[in-house]
Amino acid sequence: MSAETAQTTPKGFLGWVDKRFPVIDTWNKHLGDYYAPKNMGFWSLFGSLALVVLVLQIVTGLWLAMSYKPAAADAFASVEYIMRDVEWGWLLRYMHSTGASFFFIVVYLHMFRGLMWGSYKKPRELLWMIGVLLYLAMMATAFFGYLLPWGQMSYWGAQVIVNLFAAVPKVGEGLSTWVRGDFVISDATLNRFYALHFFVPFLIAALVFLHIVALHRVGSTNPDGIEIKEHKDENGKPLDGIPFHPYYTVKDTMGLVAFLAIFAAVVFFAPDFGGIFLEPPNFQPADPLKTPPHIAPVWYFTPYYAMLRAVPPIAGSQFPGVVVMFAAILIMFLLPWLDRSPVRSMRYKGILSRGFLAAFAVSFIVLAYLGLQPASDLYTLLARIFTVVYFAFFLLMPIYTKLEKTKPVPERVTT
Amino acid sequence: MRIAVLAIALLLSPVVTLAASEGPPLKQANIDLTDKASLQRGAKYFVNYCMGCHSLQYLRYNRMAEDLGIPEDELRDNLIFGNAKPGDLMTNAMRAEDGTKWFGTAVPDLTLVTRWREPDWVYTYLKSFYVDDTRPYGVNNLMFPKVGMPHVLAPLQGVQEPVYAGGHAAEAGAEEHVVGVKLVEEGQLTPKEYDKMVRDLTNFLTYVGEPIQLERKRIGIYVLIFLGVLFLLAYFMKKEFWKDVH
Repeated sequence: MSAETAQTTPKGFLGWVDKRFPVIDTWNKHLGDYYAPKNMGFWSLFGSLALVVLVLQIVTGLWLAMSYKPAAADAFASVEYIMRDVEWGWLLRYMHSTGASFFFIVVYLHMFRGLMWGSYKKPRELLWMIGVLLYLAMMATAFFGYLLPWGQMSYWGAQVIVNLFAAVPKVGEGLSTWVRGDFVISDATLNRFYALHFFVPFLIAALVFLHIVALHRVGSTNPDGIEIKEHKDENGKPLDGIPFHPYYTVKDTMGLVAFLAIFAAVVFFAPDFGGIFLEPPNFQPADPLKTPPHIAPVWYFTPYYAMLRAVPPIAGSQFPGVVVMFAAILIMFLLPWLDRSPVRSMRYKGILSRGFLAAFAVSFIVLAYLGLQPASDLYTLLARIFTVVYFAFFLLMPIYTKLEKTKPVPERVTT
Repeated sequence: MRIAVLAIALLLSPVVTLAASEGPPLKQANIDLTDKASLQRGAKYFVNYCMGCHSLQYLRYNRMAEDLGIPEDELRDNLIFGNAKPGDLMTNAMRAEDGTKWFGTAVPDLTLVTRWREPDWVYTYLKSFYVDDTRPYGVNNLMFPKVGMPHVLAPLQGVQEPVYAGGHAAEAGAEEHVVGVKLVEEGQLTPKEYDKMVRDLTNFLTYVGEPIQLERKRIGIYVLIFLGVLFLLAYFMKKEFWKDVH
């Protein structure tokens, strides 16, 4: 707590509350007196945007839950009921379905920003790892949620993914049956996925809280990747820092409005997004007897799905593919220890780090595209190449970050 | 608005090509949801020719009447058969097992047909029936080989024969060599009138697939204008606050 705030004890209602609950302390610690680097710029926006999209998903989801029926016989019709008979139900539904995709867009950009600025490096390892946990929880809830419309793609997508568990040696069959609560995706599966889809966001909210607590312990980093806390004025304020409120609250408000405009453009003018956000087969009710010609998960899962398909089965078992797919996500936990560079930010890293990051970003996008397409010989080959590129970014990092020549890091932030 | 539409179209162009499926080329239905007369004709054709077998089980009669500007007495007299009420869903008496018995498969509900198929697909499909004596109902379809349904609109359209690729002739399983259809005998309608009719039907089914579509775009314009103005205010507020940051 800073010197000025300690002197002012408010009167009235605020004073009454503040004696019993640290309103002013908390406000100052996390907003009014939380110093963030002044040079964060455009890329710092996505963290606060992710928080807004989370709230949007929770609010629209709660209202959808008031009309949705989690039963195999009713689910599909109840979604159409929401779209047609519930007042503004179509808007809630489109906001929720578009929100799911935008949540991933925002979080992918947020993670990419972390990679560029080296935000995972000491002392932010825990902050980064809580973030990876958040990403996993998001994927879980998105996966559960995708079954709920009970369309053909919902059904067969879930069938394919849950069958992955069956690839685990020995316990696989039992495990996948345990997950489904049945031998195929059925009413029992839908019911429990609905419960889990409703529950996991609470976990996400708790992790977001921890993520912010960890962030405010170590402080925000910036495009220069240097600590603003190392240069303070006579009052103990970072010379290159500005209070989060009002500076970043007004800046993020501006960014939020721009984001909402793009979001609204999709919700109101292209909610299907050309069959990417809402896939055409999902407008047919689930039919356990009719397999669609081409099953693909939603776009935000397809990089991993492409990897799964790229790995050839060993002794007739898909297990290696499943391992690779999960490893692609879990390897992110190790990132803070894989990076041996003396500098944080891409700005001062060498050509190798930049090249590998670019190759990684390209491989992620290409794999996402490939995962949406039916497999062909050429596509499988490409998927294999880009899976290798994806892992090379992580596994070779200890080598290339040590090898390359870094640029001198300035003492103070540049603008 | 034109800019917004253009921007979205550009944004979507790679996606649309990606989503396009293989199969015979689609004919352009050029649907227009603002053409109420066309939608009303489409509704009339649907309840008369299609609804005996195909339901619209997620749409209510009175919602349709309201959206298409059909007065309630007209709705009751001309569009509701049997004892359904205006607030009822547009179901029919066909059961799934009847469809399996009569056509080899349950007859699909068509409320969302233009969303899992494109409108242009529906339009092209309705123009692509051809005679095929190997099929139970004597017809096959270029867009949907071995389709179970009869060509209900044949008296109106007339008779179409298949056009085969190099050297193939009509026989069982020859449908994969059919590359086109040609009209050999006109029905009660001229080809132009028939095209207009199936376009009206397609237009109507596109409306049925998402009754809110026009309204959502109309509201969307105001939302974007509002956010545009709000952005300007937010921009100037940010600029004002940040002018003392150096």
